[in-house]
Amino acid sequence: MNFPYLSAIVFLPVVGLIVIALLPKPDQKTIKFTALIFALASFVLSIAVFCLFDRSGGAVGQIQFEEKISWISAINAFYHLGVDGLSLPLMILMTFLGVLAVLVSWNIQLRPKEYFIWLLLLEASILGVFCSLDMVLFFLFWELELIPMYFLISVWGGGRKEYSAIKYVIYTLVGSAMMLAGILSIYFTTGSLNMMELAGLETARPFIPLAAMFFLMLIGFAIKLPVFPLHTWLPDAHTDAPTAASVVLAGALLKMGGYGMIRLCVSIFPAVALQYAPLLTALAAVSVLYGAAVTLRQKDLKRLIAYSSVSHMGYVLLGIFALSQVSMNGAVLQMFSHGIITGLLFAMVGVVYDKAHERNLDNLGGLARQMPVAVVVFSIAGLASLGLPGTSGFAAEFITFVGSYSSTVVEGIRLYTILGVFGVVLTAGYILWMLQRVFYGPPLDKYNDVPDVSNVEKICTFSFVAAIMLVGLYPAILTDVIKLGVEPIIRLIGL
Amino acid sequence: MSISEFRFLAPELNLLGFALLVILIDLFVKQKKVLAGLSIAGLVVSAGFTVVMWGMPATDIFYRMLAIDNFALFFKLLLLAAAALIILASQDYVSKFDRFQGEYYALVLISAVGMMLLVAATDLIAIYVALELSGISLYVLATFLKDKKSTEAGLKYLLLGAVASAVLLYGMALVFGFTGRTCLMCIAEYVQGMPGAGLLSNPALLLGMVLLAAGFGFKIACFPFQMWVPDVYEGAPTPITAYLSVASKAAGFAVVLRVFFVALGSPEWISLNWGILFAVLSAITMTVGNVVAILQSNIKRMLGYSSIAQAGYLMVGLATIGMAIGNDALGQSGLLFFIMSYAVTNLGAFIAIIAISNKIKSDEIDDYTGMGKRAPLLALALTFCLISLIGLPPTAGLIAKIYIFSGAVQHGLLWLVIVAVINSCISAFYYLRVVKVMWTGEPASKVKVPSSWALRIALALCCLFVLLLGVIPGGFVGIAEAAARILGS
Repeated sequence: MNFPYLSAIVFLPVVGLIVIALLPKPDQKTIKFTALIFALASFVLSIAVFCLFDRSGGAVGQIQFEEKISWISAINAFYHLGVDGLSLPLMILMTFLGVLAVLVSWNIQLRPKEYFIWLLLLEASILGVFCSLDMVLFFLFWELELIPMYFLISVWGGGRKEYSAIKYVIYTLVGSAMMLAGILSIYFTTGSLNMMELAGLETARPFIPLAAMFFLMLIGFAIKLPVFPLHTWLPDAHTDAPTAASVVLAGALLKMGGYGMIRLCVSIFPAVALQYAPLLTALAAVSVLYGAAVTLRQKDLKRLIAYSSVSHMGYVLLGIFALSQVSMNGAVLQMFSHGIITGLLFAMVGVVYDKAHERNLDNLGGLARQMPVAVVVFSIAGLASLGLPGTSGFAAEFITFVGSYSSTVVEGIRLYTILGVFGVVLTAGYILWMLQRVFYGPPLDKYNDVPDVSNVEKICTFSFVAAIMLVGLYPAILTDVIKLGVEPIIRLIGL
Repeated sequence: MSISEFRFLAPELNLLGFALLVILIDLFVKQKKVLAGLSIAGLVVSAGFTVVMWGMPATDIFYRMLAIDNFALFFKLLLLAAAALIILASQDYVSKFDRFQGEYYALVLISAVGMMLLVAATDLIAIYVALELSGISLYVLATFLKDKKSTEAGLKYLLLGAVASAVLLYGMALVFGFTGRTCLMCIAEYVQGMPGAGLLSNPALLLGMVLLAAGFGFKIACFPFQMWVPDVYEGAPTPITAYLSVASKAAGFAVVLRVFFVALGSPEWISLNWGILFAVLSAITMTVGNVVAILQSNIKRMLGYSSIAQAGYLMVGLATIGMAIGNDALGQSGLLFFIMSYAVTNLGAFIAIIAISNKIKSDEIDDYTGMGKRAPLLALALTFCLISLIGLPPTAGLIAKIYIFSGAVQHGLLWLVIVAVINSCISAFYYLRVVKVMWTGEPASKVKVPSSWALRIALALCCLFVLLLGVIPGGFVGIAEAAARILGS
């Protein structure tokens, strides 16, 4: 058997957290470097997987780096990992964010040992979600992610942290409860838990109507993505989470919803997806516009970025349920791109809040003078978010919109796409207005002593900027991979 | 019947011998720790005998009074393990009783003997005798603290237990009166031979069976017989609460399985009725348990209600078996797996509580504030067990739930599964509240919480099994499947 790359990637953070847990009375530096080393190791391995990934035409729909061992034979469950074009970019996104989340947390003072243990566990569980091909294993990782996130928000968060943490957990649990019922129904209809075998499920005697299974699964993912009107946990959780948790939450965790929708809803139930696509794309347009409109009204910097995620995840939903190859390609790229852009935005909010101790937009202003580096980085992130050409945001949104508009299978998609595009205008509005209120205007005396970005923060934020630029200038580096995963799914729709 | 059949009772007889030995030696030794060691030795020897018998072909002994099969052996092992863990964990608690430590250990052992006989009993009389043997020991144990609450708990338990016994006995009398038999297999044969509508044509016999169900319902604390649980759990000494919530409940489920699915479940149309009955009771039980648990401020009370809810999940398994008698493998082994997982999880949670409460002298959840700083390992263990009770990975609780629910979905109980998973979400709310106060609040004092080695070992064992069952359940599933085989598949 070859080297188990995926197991190594998923479990290296777990090894890291065990090492941290066993270190006898470590000082802060040791803990941070241990966490960094293991996150980096996972990242390096995932880059290796990215390089070794077979991109040839023969690899369409093929699972690579597969590992399969019997796990619970009674219900036919396997320890089954593997990546294809769909999951690979998201896996890399998570390992990348994993490294940066450790860097973002460099100044954590409160109980650092526990903090990094939870952060590494969070990373491992999200990686597990993206790599699992067995539905029970997928579900296990999906639920595992709740525990570290609960602790990260409720111990290291701010504001109404305990309320936000429990709200987050309950919302997700309700969704996953439905998902479990869906998974079990699929299992007893087919006797299989293998996501790839189940693609294009056709059965004469479904256990319950296929549409019911589809929606049982979809609700769980829609809460995670989030789709209007199931998004209300998101602003609270984001706002009250510590910076690194927000970065991972917005960057990678929301993508679990989009990934699940493609892998477990569209791919398994293509006919049902086609039938309900008009409804879901309409919801996507509502999410985009509602999210953007609410964002405009936010006074709290972090809450503003949080609400912008609702709007941007609407594009993902639009791209997925436009059900064309290009649009779904765009949706996956948008997930990646939003991951790094919003990750950077949250990191920058963290930086500003760290230095200025203020997040209220009414009280901020004129920071450009004290923080010249921060203003540049923040502006790049903001411009990427509103889709400036040359950044990943432009590539992703452009492909999504073009793909959706030209989709032929979904009724009314043109209208929803046009509505969605209008969201970009609103985005430009709130991003530019936000930058203006934070950095420009007359310098305020109270911020005279505010320092600029520190060296660790520079490493961290510059890496984000590099990734945004790389994907923006050469999107094919990802789209070539993504289309290998998307193509077979779209073929199922075409039938 | 021959004398040689007694060899099959080696585990029980051995344990009984050790119980008497403990009482005798108690008279002479000052170091009461010796007694705990002796009790554990007895339990280990009995477990040895049980393991040796595992896998033998099933036999009936004493004119079909008791069955020696994998099913009984599975539960015997579980009960022995529970008793051993309880005795280990009691080390930090027994100092509260100034006298009668020897009697405490002996009673735990004797009640274990009673329950071991109960899980093997295949005759109404044997069931009743075994039930009373364990019941009476437990009534005494519940009052062991001799303070106001403990006495009240014991008295309530005794009175309600006596009523339940009376109901059970009345049911048995009716069943005997209309069939003329006490052995379960003989009753089953009689019922199968009944003409036409069978049971339904004989309301008195049916009433007898309903009364039997009520009597057992008390033991497993399902709705509407769950009223005694919170008061007794709160008042009884904490190790005994743990013992009640795990061993007594497991034995109760074993006897329900035997009576309703081995003896009386054979004709399909009868069992179908049981299935729906158990499904409805299950939905009500878990909802009542979970909703009321939210309101509790005392952790023992909260876990009392939580154990009612867990009984509700277990009844999902009963309902599944009832819906598909004979051709359902998942429901049976799933139920046994769930009992295993519930046992280690709940024991772990209670053992951690024993240690913490012993120091802070309070069972109020608010007093657990900041326990993560005062006793990080205990708090971590308790958190881990609570996470397992919610059913989150990587613990036994998640796998057990997936397992038991998958059987239910397979047999058309999707609605029940949805009720159950929604209930899990509700339960997250109150379990996480304990987790929250332990890790986020500031502790009232900086004093560390000490615990004995015995307790730490017991707690570590529980947590280890919670993790193992949650990560590599394969072997344990195999054991559950082997044990479930008698349930007609």
